[in-house]
Amino acid sequence: MSLSPLQLCLLFSSALFCVGLIGALSRSNTILVLLGVELMLNAANLNFIAFWRYGPAPSPATGVMFVLFAIAVAAAEAAVGLALVIAIYRHQKSVRLQEADRLKG
Amino acid sequence: MLSFLVIALVTLASAAVAMLLRNLIHSALLLIASWGGIAAFYLWAGAEFVAFAQVLVYVGAISMVVLFAVLLTRRSRADLALAPEALGRAVAALVTGGAVVGVLGGAILSTRFTTAAPAAPPPALTVRDIGLLLMGPHAAALLIVGLLLTVALLGAIVIAAADPAGKEDDVT
Repeated sequence: MSLSPLQLCLLFSSALFCVGLIGALSRSNTILVLLGVELMLNAANLNFIAFWRYGPAPSPATGVMFVLFAIAVAAAEAAVGLALVIAIYRHQKSVRLQEADRLKG
Repeated sequence: MLSFLVIALVTLASAAVAMLLRNLIHSALLLIASWGGIAAFYLWAGAEFVAFAQVLVYVGAISMVVLFAVLLTRRSRADLALAPEALGRAVAALVTGGAVVGVLGGAILSTRFTTAAPAAPPPALTVRDIGLLLMGPHAAALLIVGLLLTVALLGAIVIAAADPAGKEDDVT
């Protein structure tokens, strides 16, 4: 069985997604968890480009447009997330997730 | 196809090592390499504009924000080396990630995609086309994204700004 380029691209992006998922689940440093989430978002963008390039009926621009807007939203998300990390650090003097349990019921 | 394998290997390896390392600065720098690898994949797939957007936004901007956040959230030089994680968490995360990659890989391998001819060139899309599309059919989305970025960055400044002096007494 030979893999088509589309399948290779999808395997690549799912592997990257799982690296980000494992990082986000296993690390307890807030910044690393945020970076894991960023990796997962990038893996999703890879899928858009893969289907844009090799999809059944390649449309000229849809995938590219979607990725451009996704990158813009990811930039906003990263900025707000890291600002939250700095705010938590100012209050708790730590960025470990286990110690940021002030909202715990 | 060989260049794709090299790009995928470099990207995955730097991302995995970044998630394993104990030094935050090294992790952030390796993730920059990983984002650069993703930009190389976009170039390989023929989406040049997206590749350069990725370089500008991730390799240029987000990496700087991450490095500043790393440096602003430490007390001493020794603070950069993290304590090792609990074994149970790591094992649970590995099992979950392995299960997800198994499900995704199985679904991808067992699906018969109706693809375009692999040798077909990428869809013709010049920067001029992208500009016309952004200013024409997608103008509303572009405006909304601009507004979203403005609000998000202002909100980030408000959240991260230092409290006025004297208000930090209630913090334990």
